[in-house]
Amino acid sequence: MAGKPLFLQWLLISVLAEFLQFLFSGVTIGATYALVGLGFAIIYNASHVINFAQGEFVMISGMSTVSLLAVGMPLPVALLLAVGITVVVGVALEKFAVEPARNASVVTLIIITIGASIFLRGAAEVIWGRDFHSVPAFSGSEPIIIGGAALLPQSLWVIGATVVVIIALRWFFGRTRTGKAMLATSYNPLVARLMGINTRFILSLSFGLAAMLGALAGILIAPISLTYPSVGVMLGLKGFCAAILGGLGNPMGAILGGLIVGVSEAMTAGYISSAYKDAVAFVIILVVLVMIPNGLFGVKGTERV
Amino acid sequence: MIGRMLVRLGRAVLPALMLCGATTATLQAAEPVKIGSFLAVTGGASFLGDPEKKTLEMYVDAINADGGINGQPVELILYDSGTSAKQALTFVKRLIEQDEVDVIVGGTTSGETMAVIREVEKAGVPFISLAGAGVIIDPVKKWVFKTPHTDRLAVQKIFDDMKARGLTQVALLSGSGGFDKSCRKNAQELAPEMGMTIVADESHGKGDTDMTPQLTKIKNTDGVQAFLYCGFGAPTSIVAKNVSQIGLTVPHYQTQGSASMKFIQGADGAAEGARLPVAALLVVDQLPDDHPQKQVATAYRDAYEKKYGESVSAFGGHAYDGLYIVAQAMERAGGTDKETVRTEIENTKNFIGADGVFNMSATDHLGLDTRSFVMVEVKDGNWKLLQ
Repeated sequence: MAGKPLFLQWLLISVLAEFLQFLFSGVTIGATYALVGLGFAIIYNASHVINFAQGEFVMISGMSTVSLLAVGMPLPVALLLAVGITVVVGVALEKFAVEPARNASVVTLIIITIGASIFLRGAAEVIWGRDFHSVPAFSGSEPIIIGGAALLPQSLWVIGATVVVIIALRWFFGRTRTGKAMLATSYNPLVARLMGINTRFILSLSFGLAAMLGALAGILIAPISLTYPSVGVMLGLKGFCAAILGGLGNPMGAILGGLIVGVSEAMTAGYISSAYKDAVAFVIILVVLVMIPNGLFGVKGTERV
Repeated sequence: MIGRMLVRLGRAVLPALMLCGATTATLQAAEPVKIGSFLAVTGGASFLGDPEKKTLEMYVDAINADGGINGQPVELILYDSGTSAKQALTFVKRLIEQDEVDVIVGGTTSGETMAVIREVEKAGVPFISLAGAGVIIDPVKKWVFKTPHTDRLAVQKIFDDMKARGLTQVALLSGSGGFDKSCRKNAQELAPEMGMTIVADESHGKGDTDMTPQLTKIKNTDGVQAFLYCGFGAPTSIVAKNVSQIGLTVPHYQTQGSASMKFIQGADGAAEGARLPVAALLVVDQLPDDHPQKQVATAYRDAYEKKYGESVSAFGGHAYDGLYIVAQAMERAGGTDKETVRTEIENTKNFIGADGVFNMSATDHLGLDTRSFVMVEVKDGNWKLLQ
């Protein structure tokens, strides 16, 4: 008789542990998608361009970290410099590839970013080779056991950094002149220009900011995912999905979109079948887009959210 | 006066004339043996094609320095296919029709090899492929041979090792690449034949960064005695890390796709204890002295590393084996007649190469068995040969 409640208790604990394990995995991956998705949202806001080189920012920061560590730099310095390098690449991309074609249609600009992503990937293969590299975890790789599920300290870094980024972005867009100028440019570039906002600077800034967010994702995820020249391809695609799901151009939507995609992937892999993992994520996106074409938090026209 | 001049002229001209005669004589005797090759020296598979090219060039020079094959010098005609099956086909046509080669040793990837098989069969030129897929020689094609081990042999070797440890219930995790899928298919086919049961069969997508959900599922599956991961590249290390993260403690196996130091480094200590089958070349220093491949593999590694200053890979070894199987077949054939050379390649027996000991036959155009692999275990951040 006493065995039964004990058994039930055991069952409950093991079911909970399993669920938590899937959740940890989903939230960690989701947070990465969210950071990448944020980059899409910010550039889209400033220019209505979807920057398909966003995933390459993730790769460049990861690979730079590997190189900087190899020349003997301490980890924090290497991480900061890697983000810096990526921001420089992002701004250069805007200056030398997007800006010269600023009078072209949005579709042309999008194609330019696709070209840029292929170029950056090729350049990375030449500079760093095709092999994969590892980056040490920021604070050890001994898992923390919570409710029977193992969580890596690096996952806490990913989640924590995403939260900090969300707060910082809210402050930037809501409280600073530059952030408000960016928002103004996204609602109506012409009027913004008439109001004395330097929209060309805003465009450069948006690429710099997007590169920084991609770079952050890159350095945070590198200890988990390792890094190699094509690491940004799938991360970029999933980040794009996150941005679409949340409503293109809405930063907070991109974050929620990223978490939805990440958690649904992990839950599908865990409870249904890992073979359908990617499919389920894409089906959710399709369903949401059919029901709410502008995404969960989409901006309609020039309406202020 | 005139007489003296004639004598002088004679002294000057005669040696020259004799020299001319001698040169013509050697040229006639030494029409070169033409070995054609197309390799993925650039493009996606360049990390395979590059060591293959270097190996072929180095050993063609060595054969020529030794007096060639049957006294004929060897001429290597090599094209870079750029990892493109279409280019490979163009170059094979050129090798056959324009260059009129006696034999072809090449085809870095399975895709390139499969693209040219029809052309090679039609023209009737002996062809030794350097690509992995089993489908190249199964079913047997008259003119097509290959030197690298197949995925099937690797899985067989892994199952042998599991059985020796009394493990029969396997959980499988595989990626979505061609190599991964082929390994999974072989595992599914071989399991019933070898008395193994696959109790879990999970997969992950391309570019996935975390496999803990799949591994948690495996951990919670009843009766799992061993874990096998079929994959290639960065996921090999991620899987090793995830396995240790969630505390999956059953014996951990990976395939030859993980046979790179990057796997150990990337796993950051989590690869310890993982077992995998590798080419003997990779652990040549640990081979016992009586291992049949010890001498050949050591010599090849030393020569390659001395000449090119980079560490040897198993891929270059495929080219070494292909070249020497051809060279020996031609010596046995006593010439370059294609039909005879083909038969002699098929008659290759006890050829000790970098990939293993080859015993080809009319029904087996690879000629390797599981002995061509050795099992290693990751220990203290390096490969440890298991006896």
